[in-house]
Amino acid sequence: MNVLLRAVLFVAVVAIFAVFSLGADAQPKKVRLGVEGAYPPFSEIDTSGKLKGFDIDIANALCAQMKVECVFVQLAFDGMIPALNSRKIDAVIASMSITDERKKAVDFTDRYYKTPAQFVVKKGSTLEVTPAGLKGKRVGVQRSTIHDRFVGENFKSADIVRYTKQDEVFLDLASGRVDAAVLDMIAAQVGFLKTPQGKNFHFVGPVYDDPKYFGVGAGIALRKGDNSLREDFNKAIAAIRANGIYKKIQDVYFDFDVYGTAAATAAAAATNATAKK
Amino acid sequence: MNFDAIIESLPMYATGIGTTLQLLAVALAAGLLLAMPLGIARASNNVWISRPVWLYTYVIRGTPMLVQLFLIYYGVAQFEWVRLSVLWPLLSSAWFCAVLAFTLNTAAYTAEIIAGAMRAVPYGEVEAANSLGMSKLQVLTRILLPSAMRRALPAYSNEVIMMLHGTSLASVVTVMDLTGAAREMNSRTYLPFEAFLTAGACYMLLTFSLVGLFHFAERRWLQHLAPRKNSFDVSGVVLTTAPRI
Repeated sequence: MNVLLRAVLFVAVVAIFAVFSLGADAQPKKVRLGVEGAYPPFSEIDTSGKLKGFDIDIANALCAQMKVECVFVQLAFDGMIPALNSRKIDAVIASMSITDERKKAVDFTDRYYKTPAQFVVKKGSTLEVTPAGLKGKRVGVQRSTIHDRFVGENFKSADIVRYTKQDEVFLDLASGRVDAAVLDMIAAQVGFLKTPQGKNFHFVGPVYDDPKYFGVGAGIALRKGDNSLREDFNKAIAAIRANGIYKKIQDVYFDFDVYGTAAATAAAAATNATAKK
Repeated sequence: MNFDAIIESLPMYATGIGTTLQLLAVALAAGLLLAMPLGIARASNNVWISRPVWLYTYVIRGTPMLVQLFLIYYGVAQFEWVRLSVLWPLLSSAWFCAVLAFTLNTAAYTAEIIAGAMRAVPYGEVEAANSLGMSKLQVLTRILLPSAMRRALPAYSNEVIMMLHGTSLASVVTVMDLTGAAREMNSRTYLPFEAFLTAGACYMLLTFSLVGLFHFAERRWLQHLAPRKNSFDVSGVVLTTAPRI
């Protein structure tokens, strides 16, 4: 009896292990993606508390293409690279521009879009976008971004105010706490200028796309040496570009090609011209 | 550990410490000034005087300081009439909003500390004052307050240290305090461990300096409540002259 009981137990335990290991094999690989949720139209939280935006849709499309299960982890932008390097997440899809400085800390995939930057001020503001014109003026910028570095190095005379989130820059720009903001043109256009909050504001000054600051576009950041995941992402980006899924997603948010540098710059310049009118 | 990056950022931390101490000093001074009348009112036997103060401390102590700071900085700025008012030059400054939030906060906590210390003054002292024919105001200014302020010292030193740590919230509304310096270093170098460890070490240094100051103050003003030295202990055995065997 005892022996029989033992045998039954043994079989049961083996069966349980077998089921579990089978289950593990059948499950798709899990990839934890750092996203921001406060950078419209790329990444934001809708009224029901769900993540949405260009970054999120691209991330979902890439995960579907790679046949992996993606888990979104919402983080502040300046916490992305630390979270990546401390293994809390596996990749960052947060409109992060590929720059040499960041490449010291992380690896990047190929770009998945690129847009230039410009200053935004209140309509009727006489502010001149030159180092002399911005002297002592308060310029809002999101901390840790390429725009932060750009304004810090080129407009040293300005009083630069750094925020954790782009939303907070918009709030203080609207309330007049800062005289100007410098940021990604699409983020400015869709996240602020086209909203009721930003209706009295417009772009001024030149369009900036110097690769020294603005890199070659936004890529997906990965831990250094995570080459297999990088290759997977690169293949997936190429695949969704080729099969039309990228265009379908892009058309939801933008009326021009956000992937190509030349096209994006021209479109941005065109919208700028209309904004000035 | 990347020590070069830390050394390179030290000037930024020094400025940050200056801002942190400035925030702390102004908030504590204004907070204490507010807390004195509030504390006296809170200890009053008249409910019409003590209840409103109770409500104030209840609300402030019942909500996180971060929420209060967000309400003052982003919340109030939402209203057009606030932005057009004469107060806007003040309220548009992140530094002022931080100091305002910290002041309201520490005033509530300190008021409770003072009220508690006033209740802890032995009633015999008050009776003795009454029997000498002192007026209510005289009892308050000559007996109750001096005694209560001394007794409040240990609890107040805690409050000061909590406020020092609380000032780190200022960095979320763009004030470049000590924590702001650490966040700035983190965003420039992507070395969060070094950045925040340096900030932590600075805060610890400041905390220990404050603890030392309060230790000195307690030795000076709380001597009468300290355990007796060079004298008899309760059992009557002479401590200092007892021969060591």
